[in-house]
Amino acid sequence: MAVSDEELDTFAGQLDVILSAVARVAEVAAADIPPTSHAVAMTNVFRPDEVRPSLPREDVLACAPAVEDFKFRVPRILAEEA
Amino acid sequence: MGDLISLTAAETAEKVASGEVSAVEVAQAHLDRIGAVDGKLKAFLHVDTEGALEAAKAVDAHRAAGDQLGPLAGVPLAMKDVVVTKGLPTTSGSKILQGWIPPYDATISKRVKDAGIVMLGKTNMDEFAMGSSTENSAYGPTANPWDLSRIPGGSSGGSSAAVAGFEAPLSIGTDTGGSIRQPAAVTGIVGHKPTYGAVSRYGLIAFSSSLDQAGPFGRTVLDTALLHEVIAGHDPCDSTSIPQPVAPVVAAARDGARGDLAGVRVGVVRELQGEGYQAGVLAAFEAAVAKLRELGAQIVEVSCPHFEYALPAYYLIAPSECSSNLARFDSVRYGMRVGDDGVNSLEDVMSLTREAGFGPEVKRRIIIGTYALSSGYYDAYYGQAQKVRTLIVRDFTAAFEQADVLVSPTSPFVAFGLGERVADPMAMYINDLCTLPASLAGTPAISVPCGLSEGLPVGLQIMAPALADDRCYRVAAAFEAATDRLVPPAEVLA
Repeated sequence: MAVSDEELDTFAGQLDVILSAVARVAEVAAADIPPTSHAVAMTNVFRPDEVRPSLPREDVLACAPAVEDFKFRVPRILAEEA
Repeated sequence: MGDLISLTAAETAEKVASGEVSAVEVAQAHLDRIGAVDGKLKAFLHVDTEGALEAAKAVDAHRAAGDQLGPLAGVPLAMKDVVVTKGLPTTSGSKILQGWIPPYDATISKRVKDAGIVMLGKTNMDEFAMGSSTENSAYGPTANPWDLSRIPGGSSGGSSAAVAGFEAPLSIGTDTGGSIRQPAAVTGIVGHKPTYGAVSRYGLIAFSSSLDQAGPFGRTVLDTALLHEVIAGHDPCDSTSIPQPVAPVVAAARDGARGDLAGVRVGVVRELQGEGYQAGVLAAFEAAVAKLRELGAQIVEVSCPHFEYALPAYYLIAPSECSSNLARFDSVRYGMRVGDDGVNSLEDVMSLTREAGFGPEVKRRIIIGTYALSSGYYDAYYGQAQKVRTLIVRDFTAAFEQADVLVSPTSPFVAFGLGERVADPMAMYINDLCTLPASLAGTPAISVPCGLSEGLPVGLQIMAPALADDRCYRVAAAFEAATDRLVPPAEVLA
């Protein structure tokens, strides 16, 4: 993600303030505490393996910024040979 | 104000079912209201006039054919723009998704449509749900129906303003750190954040996946409960969706409305009051606690010592998860693309697109989150924050041994002025002080109006243990039955 010089000036001070505020989590002694990510712990969640139709190709490609030959068109990925 | 727009959702559904009014008349009355006031309120990003009237016609046709109608059939609803809707523009308040027409429906959208609820359009929000005021929307802020110079809360501020401003009796919001409860509080309506996993996240544009939860807004507790039952329930398309029956929230709202709280233990959280809270908010909160006692509740004080770490933990977890989630906006499959001039590489184009497409708050959070997840910092930041979460859960568990529900103000402040806090991110983050613990613990919490301070609404937050959403509704309904309903001054939108 590119950031303009102007944004960089604004962000630099703000990010410092935010980081020093959130760093307070380090004050809590939690070495033996397990992490939490869900109110109701669940493991190995599966759904039935049923064949369902995909979204129509035209509908999906209609959302894309650039399309060619029924495919997503992207800018060049590799640098050109010198 | 026309009669049809001031009805509750429950009343509207009854009148539609009995044939006293048609769903089309109801939809048209709300579309007219939107046409009259939304220029001032700016709650909607997109109004779907044609789709709403078509959906209403279908409800009327079902009724004419003698089909059984659902409990909210024919009732209009405003949908937060973070929820994907097939064939309707969905931007999540961001420029990067401007013009995107999703090819599928979120589970919530599908459930709302299947219930015969009439979707009026999509509501404004802070970009990708990051904010407490709607001022981070790429499309400009929404105003508060109580005072147009003030914020409607956020991030679901379009949804709260639409309901408080009588543009719709119901709306959908999402709550990651308080984005349903705080907007409900500052606009004087009811908003509920369900237990994490109670409502499917399939088709919600992801912000912080371990915290995001969609929920209902209404002007009454019963309306909010009726919408809760429509959208909640297990969904195989969301692996965090809880495979259990929905809590009986409608029955709880009806039971609570009898106004008897005898035998209910209400815990006042010591750490969620005091310094930093506006005096008027604390006065309204204390009066609310006294009212609960009058209704028969037993009031106890509880202490949750780790709640003071909720704010720093949240502002590590949410940015970390968003920095990963928002990587999907890569200018390839959907959304904006900038700088594709045949010379720039794919990486250049992605970088330029993200610079142009994301607003400042989103960029700040992506930067913080990327840093907090980076090698060498992960354990000290994200890892530590997830452990703090466990300590907050333990605080809740201990408190719920002494109390059936916990209460606090929903927000330390009433609605502040538009523009007042935009330049200071930490001043904005403090809005979430009271709502963050339940977000981090994944537990349910409701905000119900509890009077005015300086002529502006104050919210009472009622928190319950995981899966016990019905307790929130029961206590909220009892409180509502014993208090005057808040209605914004008519002249604001006249």
